[in-house]
Amino acid sequence: MTATDTTRTDSLAFNGIGMTFPDGTEAIREASFSVARGEFVTIVGPSGCGKSTLLKIASGLLEPTAGTVTVDRERLGYVFQDATLLPWRNVLGNVELLAELHGIDKTERRRLALEAIDMVGLTSFQGHYPRSLSGGMKMRASLARTLTLKPPVFLFDEPFGAVDEITREHLNDETQRLFQTEGFAGLFITHSIAEAVFMSTRVLVMSARPGRIVAEFDVPFDYPRHPELRFDPEFAALCGEVSKELRGSHQ
Amino acid sequence: MSIDDLSTAATSGSDTTVDAAPVDAPPVRRTRPRRTAGSLALQFLPPLILGAAIVGAWYYVSYGLLTPERRFLLRPPHEILQVGFLDWDHFSEILLALWSSTRVALIGLGISICIGFFLATIMSQTKIVERAVFPYMVMLQAIPILAIVPLIGFWWGYGTTSRIAVCVIISLFPIIVNTLFGLQSAERGMHDLFTLHHASRLTRLRKLMFPAAQPAIFAGLRISAGLSVIGAIVGDYFFGQGAVGIGQLLKRYSSRLEGEELLAAVIMSSALGVVVFLFFGWLQGVAIGKWHDSSGPND
Ligand SMILES: Nc1ncnc2c1ncn2[C@@H]1O[C@H](COP(=O)(O)OP(=O)(O)OP(=O)(O)O)[C@@H](O)[C@H]1O
Ligand SMILES: [Mg+2]
Repeated sequence: MTATDTTRTDSLAFNGIGMTFPDGTEAIREASFSVARGEFVTIVGPSGCGKSTLLKIASGLLEPTAGTVTVDRERLGYVFQDATLLPWRNVLGNVELLAELHGIDKTERRRLALEAIDMVGLTSFQGHYPRSLSGGMKMRASLARTLTLKPPVFLFDEPFGAVDEITREHLNDETQRLFQTEGFAGLFITHSIAEAVFMSTRVLVMSARPGRIVAEFDVPFDYPRHPELRFDPEFAALCGEVSKELRGSHQ
Repeated sequence: MSIDDLSTAATSGSDTTVDAAPVDAPPVRRTRPRRTAGSLALQFLPPLILGAAIVGAWYYVSYGLLTPERRFLLRPPHEILQVGFLDWDHFSEILLALWSSTRVALIGLGISICIGFFLATIMSQTKIVERAVFPYMVMLQAIPILAIVPLIGFWWGYGTTSRIAVCVIISLFPIIVNTLFGLQSAERGMHDLFTLHHASRLTRLRKLMFPAAQPAIFAGLRISAGLSVIGAIVGDYFFGQGAVGIGQLLKRYSSRLEGEELLAAVIMSSALGVVVFLFFGWLQGVAIGKWHDSSGPND
């Protein structure tokens, strides 16, 4: 089921990844899959099964204890579970940060930041400091910050876990739209099956710890996906199948 | 304020040695006055009422409890005002001494800030240096200043240099501890972000650790500023050569049993402490009020 097509060019590939922490916790066992450009792959799995660990390995923040990752880390986009905005910078300053770290000059990074802020719909809040933003706005700012890099590979670690259902759906719509316009290779992590199915080209189900990829679903719907898709019987049926598989993986 | 702050500084200090324990910056809170008449009254009425009650009690002790022969023990407030504040000869003497001590305090604080920032920055960069230096900082902080007064006198004489030394010894610790704690306070996720984007050590320090440290630095500054005023007075008390500071004046007044002047000098030195404290509070508001909550309006 986890077989991947070898003819395509992968932007991100995990080969037999295993991760055992120094304290003996085996978080991941034998994870192999890949994400090609133009693909949006979502991983769902029970809490603590090693999803965040997988992204940290992909980004190089953690070294796996087994296997290898193939990815270009020069312009890797990584949206954390928390917004991690710098509280002493306003939205514009925060969104400019990554371009600043990459040594892009002032006018260019300002332009990139304004463009990204516009893409996530925060233009009227660019002067606000994080403490006066709602949770959803903070996530938008965090998203915009990563967008300034125009990353060919985009990792999302449960970015919308802390916002309400309606806001989450809005953010899903936006992310899906960005995926379309930017054409990156996306690897997304979530607990929400609807979110996974709505945005992805492919959904992977991970087992409880030690995490393995136990099932894979292709999502057949065309982009752009409209919010009404959520009420489509076919959509519901696919969500049901993923849910069933996820339940199985819990045992 | 000094005793509370000292103990807070000591606590946060020992906690930092234990590592990762999330000690919040010492709880220095500031209330920004609101502009409505009602809340203004609410803000100023309680301390005014308490102040009036204290003055009332003072009068009661002076006139009700003390017999006229023993009244020199606590002069009534209006006599303090007349002799200590309204008599220009006395008051100008106090102001001059206060100015001399203020200069000592400012120089001492400045030196503490430089040494403190430097040490804390180095300690934040190398765990080994932190481990090596910290125990001695705690020891330095635990030395009663009285015990090393003779030494300070031997080394730096009995004038201004020694007064400044006392100031530095007293006010250094909170700056180091708070700055170090602040530098270490940036969240893990933010560090990860900087790591992901290949930030150099210097960039990380400038763009992440220092800005994140500001609230704690200001908390430390407010404590140390108060302590440096105390240090200047204590130093002046022991090392009296040269310009007369508040410490010398207090000594002189008490040896001559000049109760009114003595109390006036005490009031003025505490006023100096308050001014310094408020100044750094204001500075904190200007510097980080926009993004940090402790200096925003709190109800
Ligand atoms: N540094 C570490 N040392 C030891 N164990 C760790 C470490 N980091 C994570 N783990 C363990 O590895 C497992 C996977 O953690 P991870 O954060 O990847 O889970 P997750 O799937 O992202 O969970 P969630 O959905 O709740 O975010 C957990 O059991 C966790 O306790
Ligand atoms: Mg996680």
